[in-house]
Amino acid sequence: MPTDVERWKSEVYGQEIREHLFEFAEEGYDTIPEDERDAWFERFKWWGLYHQRNGQEGYFMMRIGTPNGVMKPGQLRVVGEIASEYATGPGVNPIFGDGYADFTTRQSIQLHWIELSDIPDIFEKLEENGLSTQQACGDSWRNIVGNPVAGKDAREVIDAWPVIHDLNETFKGNDDHSNLPRKWKVSVTGTPDGSGQGDINDLAFEPAYKTIDGEETVGFNVRVGGGLARNEPRFARDIDVWVPPADVSTVAGGLSALFRDNGDREDRYNARIKFLVDEWGADKVRETLQSEYVDFELHTAGRDVREEYTYNTGDGDRNDLIGVHEQHDGSYFIGLNVLVGRMGASDVLELADLASEYGSGEVRLSQRQNIIVTDIPKDAVDEFTSEQLLENYSPDPSPFMRGSVACTGTEFCSLSIVETKNRQVRYARWLKDNVTLPGDVDEFHIHLSGCTASCAQPQIADISLRGMKTRKNGEPVEALDVGLGGGLGAEPQFARWVTQRVPVDEIPGAISNLIETFAAERNDDESFRAFIDRHDNDELDSFVAPEETDYEDPMMHNTKRTWYPYAENDGLDAGPSAPADD
Amino acid sequence: MTVRLRVLDDGAWISVNDRREVSVSELWRVEATDFCSCDLVDFVVENFQTVGVNGQTIEVIVYGQCIACGATGETEWLPVGRVIDGEFAVFDESTVRRTRESRKPETNSG
Repeated sequence: MPTDVERWKSEVYGQEIREHLFEFAEEGYDTIPEDERDAWFERFKWWGLYHQRNGQEGYFMMRIGTPNGVMKPGQLRVVGEIASEYATGPGVNPIFGDGYADFTTRQSIQLHWIELSDIPDIFEKLEENGLSTQQACGDSWRNIVGNPVAGKDAREVIDAWPVIHDLNETFKGNDDHSNLPRKWKVSVTGTPDGSGQGDINDLAFEPAYKTIDGEETVGFNVRVGGGLARNEPRFARDIDVWVPPADVSTVAGGLSALFRDNGDREDRYNARIKFLVDEWGADKVRETLQSEYVDFELHTAGRDVREEYTYNTGDGDRNDLIGVHEQHDGSYFIGLNVLVGRMGASDVLELADLASEYGSGEVRLSQRQNIIVTDIPKDAVDEFTSEQLLENYSPDPSPFMRGSVACTGTEFCSLSIVETKNRQVRYARWLKDNVTLPGDVDEFHIHLSGCTASCAQPQIADISLRGMKTRKNGEPVEALDVGLGGGLGAEPQFARWVTQRVPVDEIPGAISNLIETFAAERNDDESFRAFIDRHDNDELDSFVAPEETDYEDPMMHNTKRTWYPYAENDGLDAGPSAPADD
Repeated sequence: MTVRLRVLDDGAWISVNDRREVSVSELWRVEATDFCSCDLVDFVVENFQTVGVNGQTIEVIVYGQCIACGATGETEWLPVGRVIDGEFAVFDESTVRRTRESRKPETNSG
């Protein structure tokens, strides 16, 4: 039997949701019939709008999809202006203030406290400036990811940006692909560094060479069925297909249609294509694609460059895109660390101005929640990196600041079990002040995800933290499971969950003890990931050794039982009523 | 009387009569010897799998973990509240919940 969500989608979905959304915006939040709210909130996701959690009735999270994280000149300023004018609400964050933008692990932007009545004006402003929320959430083609500096990176072997742009133009607003069984996440990468993180996407195009008509040609190998969510992580499976750039759209459309027609619409927990690949195997996916969805002979896989991957591998150079890097045109892109991906609106505006002053005005968003300013001439690099703003968004940060990734958490998210972003900021600051990594370790990734949805990609970090509960002195407190040794690369692996249910105030001590053991017992210049690899779970559990320190955590209580975790009077019954329509 | 029941937002909510009533991330006390060996399971609610009605009682199957012993998995049907005169009343967090099977009255087959 189809699910409620499938029934709602069969009634109204895709582009047509917009006219209803605008009607409700015009007539007021209260005009959404109570018995239809579940349905409309589900549909609004297709237009990038997520109703915030319990206690925040009538406020929405808005996600803006920026394909490959590319923000053309002027677009960052538009986001800053919208965040400043509209992304403010009754809750004020004690670290980030009122009005901020979140850069996500899929190269998108999230704004909070958005009121329904403001959505038409926001959409108008976004669309006037080439930005959109379309399909940023919901069961369709999501924001396409890749190496954010595609088209500029001196290391790339093929420019993936025209391919990504074409896919975005073809599959956004495409009625044949607008209602899939579940979300559809695509990655396209043209750099031999793995920075597109294709392995954790539903569909991945990775650079590969194939001899065609006697000539070695650069194109893409295809992998299908990766994803991290719901305690069912999978790496994308190799389906033995190579495509030239000109055929990417056809093959991607074929696989999207295969998913549309064969994905499970009766059980949303079994709907992602990773489960279809589990069931069918890669061979059948390839055979079905060939026989039913493309009308030309598919090439077999080409020679890949996975051995060269460094991004998020825990070893080698360029595990992220922070710092100063040369572009192929001789100018530079400079990756700035945005701690947990959150930037106050005024800082967004200031950075937008600096990007215009020193570079082309273009910026790019990475999958590590950071921001990259591009097109900076060589002789302007030093002056740019000396700007005061960059003291907080450093191109050369502490490894603990640089490696921190966090999801939205209970501040706004219904699924999360614990508070995340502010906690990860406190963790990073404490670790920076109290823990010393071996001198040759300048990157150390700690990802904090509030639940098994894995929006912070916890399974592919050096240290993975995932929301949980425990009791401390008999009282329920927020806690984290600790996983170790995850990472991507030629041989990607998920973290092993070695220590469960550590009270959140004992995590800094646990990490400190772990790093102390690593520093003392590593072989020569052994990487943390390699060190973890050669120990079993019991040994690693003993290395973690949680303990209290002078770190204090103000969010030990059940933050989900609050209307806003940081409010002075935070009880659910003290929460705001839905915003008035004005 | 018809009761509309739904699992919403990837298992984050149970909606009863179009209202989001029961949320994940709570700690429940559960009597369920088939889940783990603890006398009383100290259960973190991570994901609602499905929701149903049994008489006046709203029940769920839920994925989660016993924080006393670390056992993880899906429960049998557990009660979350009752609908009385069309109004849903959620069980207090301190309620000790028992699976549907264990709530059946014992019968004497002799």
